Amino acid sequence: MQEFFAANLPYLLSGISAGGQYALIAIGYTMVYGILRLINFAHGDVFMVAGLVMVYTTASLPMYISIPIVLIATVVLGFLIERAAYKPLRSAPRMSVMISAIGVSYLLQNCALYFTGGLAQTYPAIPFLSKSVVIFGATTKMVTVITPILTIVLVFVLVALIKYTKIGMAMRAVSKDFETSQLMGIKINSVISVTFVIGCFLAAVGSLLWFSNYQSIVPTSGSMPGLKAFVAAVFGGIGSIPGAVIGAFIIGICENIIKGVGLTTFSDAFTFVLLIIILLVKPTGIFGEKATDKV
Amino acid sequence: MNTTLQPKKNKTGSYIAIVCLVVLYAILFVLDNFVTGSSMLMLMTVLRKGAIYSLLCVSMNLLNGFTGLFSLGQAGFMLIGAYAYSIFSIPRDQHDTVYQYFGGGAIKFSIAEEIGKLLGENAGNWLGAIVAIIIAGVVAAIFAALIGIPVLRLKSDYLAIATLGFAEIIRAVFQWNGLGVITNGSNLLRKYPTFADMKIGSLSFATVFPFLIVTVCIGIIVLLINSSYGRAFKAIRDDEVAAEAMGISLFRHKMLSFIISSFFAGVGGALLAMFQTTVAATAFTTAMTYEILLMVVIGGIGSVSGSCIAAFLYIACNEWWLRFLDKGGIGSVSIPFFRDGFRKVVFSIVIMVIVLFFSKGIMGDKELSFTGLVNKLKKRKAARIEAAQAQEEVDAK
Repeated sequence: MQEFFAANLPYLLSGISAGGQYALIAIGYTMVYGILRLINFAHGDVFMVAGLVMVYTTASLPMYISIPIVLIATVVLGFLIERAAYKPLRSAPRMSVMISAIGVSYLLQNCALYFTGGLAQTYPAIPFLSKSVVIFGATTKMVTVITPILTIVLVFVLVALIKYTKIGMAMRAVSKDFETSQLMGIKINSVISVTFVIGCFLAAVGSLLWFSNYQSIVPTSGSMPGLKAFVAAVFGGIGSIPGAVIGAFIIGICENIIKGVGLTTFSDAFTFVLLIIILLVKPTGIFGEKATDKV
Repeated sequence: MNTTLQPKKNKTGSYIAIVCLVVLYAILFVLDNFVTGSSMLMLMTVLRKGAIYSLLCVSMNLLNGFTGLFSLGQAGFMLIGAYAYSIFSIPRDQHDTVYQYFGGGAIKFSIAEEIGKLLGENAGNWLGAIVAIIIAGVVAAIFAALIGIPVLRLKSDYLAIATLGFAEIIRAVFQWNGLGVITNGSNLLRKYPTFADMKIGSLSFATVFPFLIVTVCIGIIVLLINSSYGRAFKAIRDDEVAAEAMGISLFRHKMLSFIISSFFAGVGGALLAMFQTTVAATAFTTAMTYEILLMVVIGGIGSVSGSCIAAFLYIACNEWWLRFLDKGGIGSVSIPFFRDGFRKVVFSIVIMVIVLFFSKGIMGDKELSFTGLVNKLKKRKAARIEAAQAQEEVDAK
């Protein structure tokens, strides 16, 4: 056991850090799904755009200005996407909204392709995060240590926000019953916007951490982490924030251990195998609420 | 293309359709053999690729538009089809070059050659290709049957994400070097017969061949849609609970639709493999599925002719008409934003506009129909005659 632990420690560490990063993205998915019942396929691409914004701002601005700019720009992007692409379709069938999300994802990827000219961009090294540290004899970057801590802190803040503030209460109400909460005088549109803003903020933080680890960005580099984060959200029970976080850590760790065993080809496939198993065994996920179908 | 699409209540429509198809094949045959030139090359590419994508769109439409199952596994089934076709079609003497890292591969025959031995080389070429394409479809359908048993129990968006997951798993498995003796691992498959090999004597059928296969396949799908099975599919799409109450077995019909759609996705994948001349599993990403889905949406969800029109339009714009956007300007005039990738940006904005403001697409759920056109003309003629008669009566008085 100890030997296994010692041999796999680097993978375990990178698994925990990947898990934290997935968790930050997964929260965006799970919150949006909880409220709109929409798989926001564009969320992974928002994450990628956040990375690209960082690349372009650090080219001309110092780090302490560009990080806030990245966070703000991502949040604004998320807000605009919701207003432009999802709001007009609020009464349309769910399939149309999902198609619209796919269209947005396609648009963001193509825009990224246009601006980068198809070349992989190198993410700037954030001095504090890229420092090397040694944990139990395994050398790794500072970001590996920071990620789980930061993730957990942010999740606690978010849970408190949802539990104790007025807007949080509104969010819970809307995710329970869309129409009734509207009748109770909750401004649906602002609640949805806040959801997107929070989701995109966390995705931006996630992108800072993720790309400090994997330093190259191409237009499609958001789609795989995005899908995995979504799987994490489903695994934990969609709509549940703690569920998404736990699911993300499980996926991150398992995936990196699979890489460690030498089956790198299957590390992506594993995530989807897990998804299908959970959908068959317990479709509502670990912490999900049971949904009832009404005619 | 859009000629075989309607239930033929009266025969005029089907006669017109058949005539149109024959004329279409004749034109394509002439283009294949007697017209040359560099701009022709582009036209032929668009025609071939457009035909293949029409089939892919129609097969996706069968599932998403007619049965209401939001599946995103198309790329996976295309991959299976493409691989099945090429694995069974690589000529025997090319195995050592293609499978150079895997000792010449495990499958030591090519269908075209085996048939060629029996019936002569020409027949071998044609029949071999057709048999291999059908095998490609069957293999994809078998996979679909296996995947469908667990997945089709899921509802809308869970189904989407699960099928998408399966496509990714398939992609990973086909790239795995452990299966290298069959799939050639992460290396390309190549040297199998392509459209250029479809010949009789010195006459080329490079464009006629894909059109033939595609029209037959779409014809079969249309017949299916207009049959009682098709009506059951539509009933499931419109209201699952009501359909079940009317005695339609949900699982059986969903399964049927899923398998048939995957069969034709496999056939489309095989044709795509012929078109591309090489196959690599890495190319069959979710982006490919998204692209096909967007074509279906542009054409109109639930319209076969719409899908065909959209596929040709999309391919023509993407490969040909909008190329100038990537080239820095029109002629010698340089326009600031025009450079590599701008075409795709404009394209995706147009798609978003269609998705948001024209959600019915080009055709909605209607079909382009010759019978309808004929009827309209007849009515107009009848109206004209009536008007003339009325005029005569007035004149007589």
